[in-house]
Amino acid sequence: MTDAAQRNLVLILARDFASRLATPVFLVDPEDNLIYFNEAAERLLGMPFVEGSVVTAARWSNQVVAADDEDRPLSDEERPLRVALDQRSPSHRSMKIRAAEGTFRRIEVTAFPLFAHADECVGAMSIFWEPPE
Amino acid sequence: MRIRVWGSRGSIAAPGPDTARHGGNTSCVEVRLDDGQLLILDAGTGARPLGVELMRDPPARIDLLLTHLHVDHVEGLGAFAPIWSPETELHIWGPSSPMATLDERIATYFSPPLFPVHLSQVPATVVFHDAPVEAWTIGGARIVSSPILHPGPTVGYRIEADGRTLAYLTDHEPALGMDLDRVASEWISGHGLAADADLLIHDCQYDEEEYPNRVGWGHTSTSQLAAFARKAAADRLLLFHHDPMHSDDQLDVMTARVRELWGVGETRCSAAAEGMQVEV
Repeated sequence: MTDAAQRNLVLILARDFASRLATPVFLVDPEDNLIYFNEAAERLLGMPFVEGSVVTAARWSNQVVAADDEDRPLSDEERPLRVALDQRSPSHRSMKIRAAEGTFRRIEVTAFPLFAHADECVGAMSIFWEPPE
Repeated sequence: MRIRVWGSRGSIAAPGPDTARHGGNTSCVEVRLDDGQLLILDAGTGARPLGVELMRDPPARIDLLLTHLHVDHVEGLGAFAPIWSPETELHIWGPSSPMATLDERIATYFSPPLFPVHLSQVPATVVFHDAPVEAWTIGGARIVSSPILHPGPTVGYRIEADGRTLAYLTDHEPALGMDLDRVASEWISGHGLAADADLLIHDCQYDEEEYPNRVGWGHTSTSQLAAFARKAAADRLLLFHHDPMHSDDQLDVMTARVRELWGVGETRCSAAAEGMQVEV
């Protein structure tokens, strides 16, 4: 069996979980490639999830421009999903994103790594929360 | 590589006149490589007659690959004759668990009050192995195991030997939360194990009317199996883990349904039955 033949079962279950949530959820592989996003995230990104497609880390970070609360752009390394992958630990922060329609929104992001075994990180999941105005 | 089915029933043994053609013993499949190497897949009640057969010419080493620890897959171990011989070296492979070791979990069944003798008292030399994350070899076989969708730690196996491939995925519900016809293959549980297998042995416990009332129980329906086998591009399929409530006649209907939906004939799709031997 090759890695390309099938995603890890943890990712398959994570996708199923995400597909049932009304909040935007993003799923990345260990290289930070976006491998799945749910319907709520489709609206945020302004593009549909295409079965079998992978959005590279570079394209995905261009698609969602992120800034801190003082409007300073966030580097890739400061984004919660990258923190979850790089540091193998959960990450949470408030930030602003410029979504597909071009406006900035303040959101809360929670990201956490997905471990199939104690020493095997197969990706990470992030959930975006839009706090009430 | 040659396989012989010693038990193909699921959940609980189901002997009787209505199940005589397919058999009532629970999961157990003997695999013989061309060089004589023996592998056994699961130790349901079918392990009892297999053990009797093996003791006619006891092998020096036996490798038993367990998919999981539900009782219908381990209940034959206590009546598996080689385990009562001090000459036997038995290697048991099974899914790892974060909660307990493989021998601790097997001992839960193989100890009082469920069984009169404790696992530590058996005379055979028993060696336990967590099924590795990476592929490994047993004799001339390359083995791949991977977690599959079923309640509790469960793996499927892919055995590559003598230029042929056998995939064994009993107790598997790949369609849980998925439309197998619409989702990309890479997102289907067990696809990597089953892809392009020369022989796929796969769960088919329910028909299409039964499945909606058993979602999440960890098994597959006829229509789901047809979709899974088609996506895996398996050359030949054996329906396995027959429901204990299904008679031989019902299994015939289910098998015909899978053939119809998959679009193949008898030579590529049949129901596993005790005593069946297949050259892979």
